[in-house]
Amino acid sequence: MSPTRIERRFADLQKEGRAGLITFICGGDPNPQAFQAILAGLLAAGADLIEIGMPFSDPMADGPTIQAGNLRALAAGMTLARLLTQVTAFREKDKTTPVVLMGYYNPIHRYGATRFLDDAFAAGVDGLIIVDLPPEEDEELCLPALEKGLNFIRLATPTTDSARLPAVLGNTSGFIYYVSITGITGAASPVADAVGDAVAHLRRHTELPVAVGFGIRTPEQAAGIARIADAAVVGSALVEEIASRVETSKADSAELIGAVHARVRGLAAAVRAARKDSAEPGA
Amino acid sequence: MATALDPQQRPNSYRTGPDEHGHFGNHGGRFVAETLMPNILELEAAYNQAKADPAFQAELDSWFKDYVGRPSPLYLAQRLTDHLGGARVYFKRDELNHTGAHKINNCVGQILLATRMGKKRIIAETGAGQHGVATATVAARFGLECVIYMGERDIERQQPNVFRMRLLGAEVRPVKSGSRTLKDAMNEALRDWVTNVRDTFYIIGSVAGPHPYPAMVRDFQSIIGTEARAQIQEKEGRLPDLLVAAVGGGSNAMGLFHPFLDDAEVGIVAVEAAGDGVETGRHAAAMTAGQPGVLHGMRSYLMQDNDGQIIEPHSISAGLDYPGIGPEHSWLKDVGRIEVAVATDAEALEAFAICSKLEGILPALEPCHALAEVTKRAPAMRSDQIIIMNLCGRGDKDIYTVAEHMGVRL
Repeated sequence: MSPTRIERRFADLQKEGRAGLITFICGGDPNPQAFQAILAGLLAAGADLIEIGMPFSDPMADGPTIQAGNLRALAAGMTLARLLTQVTAFREKDKTTPVVLMGYYNPIHRYGATRFLDDAFAAGVDGLIIVDLPPEEDEELCLPALEKGLNFIRLATPTTDSARLPAVLGNTSGFIYYVSITGITGAASPVADAVGDAVAHLRRHTELPVAVGFGIRTPEQAAGIARIADAAVVGSALVEEIASRVETSKADSAELIGAVHARVRGLAAAVRAARKDSAEPGA
Repeated sequence: MATALDPQQRPNSYRTGPDEHGHFGNHGGRFVAETLMPNILELEAAYNQAKADPAFQAELDSWFKDYVGRPSPLYLAQRLTDHLGGARVYFKRDELNHTGAHKINNCVGQILLATRMGKKRIIAETGAGQHGVATATVAARFGLECVIYMGERDIERQQPNVFRMRLLGAEVRPVKSGSRTLKDAMNEALRDWVTNVRDTFYIIGSVAGPHPYPAMVRDFQSIIGTEARAQIQEKEGRLPDLLVAAVGGGSNAMGLFHPFLDDAEVGIVAVEAAGDGVETGRHAAAMTAGQPGVLHGMRSYLMQDNDGQIIEPHSISAGLDYPGIGPEHSWLKDVGRIEVAVATDAEALEAFAICSKLEGILPALEPCHALAEVTKRAPAMRSDQIIIMNLCGRGDKDIYTVAEHMGVRL
């Protein structure tokens, strides 16, 4: 099987000698039109990989910020089918930026797993992160997805010990997503030393690129992660940006879209510079 | 998806599930975040070890007897039987347990396990508040910190139980997300567990959630059916013709049903909450009107829209106000071993009035749904036939809800 966009992107980043920035936005947040515009500008703003949440009414591993993003999208009429249409539109203009869909299993289960994999692949989706499908349930979606040529990205957490790690890594492809805290998205920020140890531990068990997420909010924190991991994932901070704009300036979606892209530019600049000024203290 | 199986495909026993992956047919499983997997596996190992340990069973029996007040009586509801003019109706009186419902059976079992595992902190979700009260009770008795998640809407309609939990030393955390009822309380408890996974034991209150919970809670609740089976044989010299119980998540029902599953002559009916009526869409009847889906760590029948979003359930009974159902019930429905019926809010309230006036028992609104089904079935049965209904909770907690529907201000 030829390398996926995700595998090619991480290979390119390695050649450039820098970490990547993965941005997370809930699909359809704050509404499908504004979301499409946010999506279209993420690459120019400096995102290296794009992670999109598939909206779900009951996102059990997410904190209040991303829960609210899910509900805004659903209230604006977002569906899984519509998200795939939007990815198709994005992919017509951007052939290289990897798109990863993240979410919970039930909407896919309802859509039909096989039909979903066909449609997602056709739309130009490159990988899946399904929070509530651990390796014990690999037959549900993971194995069929791999067969289809999609990457199936797994979360490793601080509770994933050496005994558990082989099971987690077994069918993981594309990259491994290290959840830097035991907790939900948007919670406390990670402690850099502990994350460094965990990333080193993961690297002893896998050749896969390691992305780190959960609790990374500022350019400084993203840079800190960029020095030790292959990519930093930022989600809640961007979703918060949307939430605050929705609350304060209801009608002006151009301003909201611009604010999200500005936030991404700040994060991307910090991630790109991280290893150049890594001698500097205080990051 | 399996529907009713051909007779030759039926299992030899309905009591051997789940398989090693926690599956009951197509239902069940372990659909949880990776953060929780090590804990789920640890819990499974600890439970398997406890189950095989005669000392654990002896300890559980002792707590059932001296703290819960078991065995609960099997009571012939003679005036109700006369009123309905058909089958003899027995109540399994689990409303007489300490804390007023069947929920304590499971809580005693799980807290003994938590203690064995060295956990220091207990969390639970609650709908009607009965499971919250039972959890707060055992946490107080065993001296463990206790946090109860409860939907804001349930807090409003179950004030007495909220106060009880606080008196017992538990912290009741209001859940403001989603429909602000049981499913959201369970989401929030899972979020807590993901965050505090190392020292925290999550006491799930129903035969729901990821494996091993559905099997473990069933095992602890099966004392109901085990007692009822022995009691009816002593009183009537034979097994009943019909078992009837209400299902939300399904723990009281599974507790009664499981010891009878292989008795082919015993009919079994699970009664779901129809709220304003299944046709209105405002109900909590997952097996009647839902489709298989994945929520709260399990695959089972689930109330959801065409996009797989969870539909907010509705029932007058907070304990039945849940969009899913335990996976073993879904499987038993698929293989045709249980029948599924529904009762509306109005039918439950009518049953409440009948039971109060004829038997001198104020039943909880949850078993009133089962009683509504009994009032439909018993008249069509012969007077030598026997129904056992699980009267799984007492109605003191519901008098405010009932008063409101009667237009009475308390």
